[in-house]
Amino acid sequence: MNIIVCIKQVPDTNKVEVDPVTGVLKRNGVESKMNPYDLYAIETALRIKEEKGGTVTVLTMGPPQAEAVIRESYSLGTDAGVLLTDRAFAGADVLATSKALAGGIDIIGDYDLIICGKQSTDGDTAQVGPEISEWLKMPSVTNVTAVHEITDTTITVSRELPEASEKLMLTFPCLISVEKDICIPRLPSYLKKQATKDREIKYVTLKDLRDNAPEGYGLNGSPTQVQRIFPPEVNDHCEVWTGTADEIAIKTANKLKELKFI
Amino acid sequence: MPKLVIDTSKITDIPAFLKLCPFGALYEKDGKVDVSAACKMCRICVKKGPAGAATFVEDEKKPEINKAEWNGVVVYVDHEDGKIHPVTLELLGKAKELAAKINHKVCAVFIGSEITDNAEELLHYGCDEVYVYDNPALKHYIPELYTAVFENYIKTNKPCAILVGATTTGRELAPRIAARFKTGLTADCTILDMAENTDLIQIRPAFGGNIMAQIVCPNNRPQLATVRYKVMSASERTDAATGKIINCSLDGIDLNTTTKVLEVVPKQKVTTIESADVIVAVGRGLKAKEDIPMIKEFADLIGAQMACTRPLVEAGWMDAKHQIGLSGRTVRPKLIICLGISGAVQFSAGMNNSDIIFAINTDPNAPIFKTAHYDLVGDIYEIIPKLIAQIKEGK
Repeated sequence: MNIIVCIKQVPDTNKVEVDPVTGVLKRNGVESKMNPYDLYAIETALRIKEEKGGTVTVLTMGPPQAEAVIRESYSLGTDAGVLLTDRAFAGADVLATSKALAGGIDIIGDYDLIICGKQSTDGDTAQVGPEISEWLKMPSVTNVTAVHEITDTTITVSRELPEASEKLMLTFPCLISVEKDICIPRLPSYLKKQATKDREIKYVTLKDLRDNAPEGYGLNGSPTQVQRIFPPEVNDHCEVWTGTADEIAIKTANKLKELKFI
Repeated sequence: MPKLVIDTSKITDIPAFLKLCPFGALYEKDGKVDVSAACKMCRICVKKGPAGAATFVEDEKKPEINKAEWNGVVVYVDHEDGKIHPVTLELLGKAKELAAKINHKVCAVFIGSEITDNAEELLHYGCDEVYVYDNPALKHYIPELYTAVFENYIKTNKPCAILVGATTTGRELAPRIAARFKTGLTADCTILDMAENTDLIQIRPAFGGNIMAQIVCPNNRPQLATVRYKVMSASERTDAATGKIINCSLDGIDLNTTTKVLEVVPKQKVTTIESADVIVAVGRGLKAKEDIPMIKEFADLIGAQMACTRPLVEAGWMDAKHQIGLSGRTVRPKLIICLGISGAVQFSAGMNNSDIIFAINTDPNAPIFKTAHYDLVGDIYEIIPKLIAQIKEGK
């Protein structure tokens, strides 16, 4: 049972601002961390490994500094790490990102299951997982809340829909994105950290990929373009309503209706 | 491919230049400045650096697609077992607006089993055409199956833009469709507009809502966007049904899948206050435990979850899982109505990121009024019963 977990290094904080005049992003420092949702994906993989044996390989795309999240995953118990890093991957949107990750998965090869976290805290799209499965032409299911039975060829999971819970059986190889509540992630182990400090991290660049035509990656391979960024309107609106209870009640009812809450 | 070229000789102050990059992608090695893989191509170094220090070199232009070949603004009909999710009607309202700007038709794509009767309803919301794929094989939503059906729709009809509700299923289906057509998808758009050249203008929050980004998909079709429930407004239902229903054949669609739905269990509604869109919170302005049903009635009327401040939990009137604040839960609903809550910092820290905040309090100087957007000065015991009556009357 070999598992690949896709992880991402994200900024430590979302507190970024746009300079309203220049439209430039103001970021204080570049502290980063492992995308918190990915900890659940890693934990899910480790628990499956503990039950079924096999390996857990983590895959990430980013600058060389993203090695840090692979090291962190080693201290949790993962076996190997692959870092996709190349300037050709820069400026990738969801499509180009998922294509590069699918290429990395192809290089790792020999896998049964791919696990992704629910979403990243910086992009917040939750789209990369399903797009990877499309590139790899395999079944996928998102919002997985529990892993049940695993056989040599299948995995049975639960997922939550707004009005129902579903139990699904998928055939390997397949991809699942797990919800945050699926399990409680373990803490990093100091002993594991020490034991893995020299463990190799495999670097993969564009030329290593099976499809290594640069136009499919990074900014060039991204159908979407960010035209501009701007600060959101802040809701510093404040109205004081006084009057009789009747007046306030009518005004409130009208306002709630206008705001589409009734 | 487009790239950044750095000319170190043009840089007067190297450390200052390196700091320009918000992503830390600029580095110096052996006296030469270069760009690492952390680059997001934001081009701030080009704009802000000394002239000629960083240059953005574009490629030869890619051949442009013929946008005129792609017609129609399409809404994916989100449903569970044929029951249409209200986000669909909201998206139809938006689709009508967008389509009118470029003189396109508004279509809906409805995929499922035994759904043809329900499709009729969509004709009351301004659809020109409802494409129905009704087949027992499509009873359960399985991403691969529904993607295959949607692929058939797109290949046959070449729509310009596709709007999908950002529900559990929509968030999974839209990326699969986008990747299959190697096209763009923007998640959780809060504002949508249509340019004359049929480019969908998509605006969404980024970085946890601290920044808004305007995104376009200028040289790929179809364009896809997901939108959350309650972001757009549904248009009014018309009495007359307009437009037509088109029953589509599944011929030629590969309906093979290895994924099996083993069971579907309807969910009991167990909701937490953290996940609530609307909250009615009550504080010490409530005089007796016996008054809770009045608040509950109001909350039910507007589809809200009940929450409270710490004193009510300590008094044993409400359960701790309903408590908002530093020692309770943090909530960020679309609407919170605070009843008889003074608004101590410990409380407001747990809810001050809510989208819209109403507060009712007898004390015009209550701190809650500094947090709230609508400050209603008055007594909850007078206002709430009247408000309940108002809402009932309006329904």
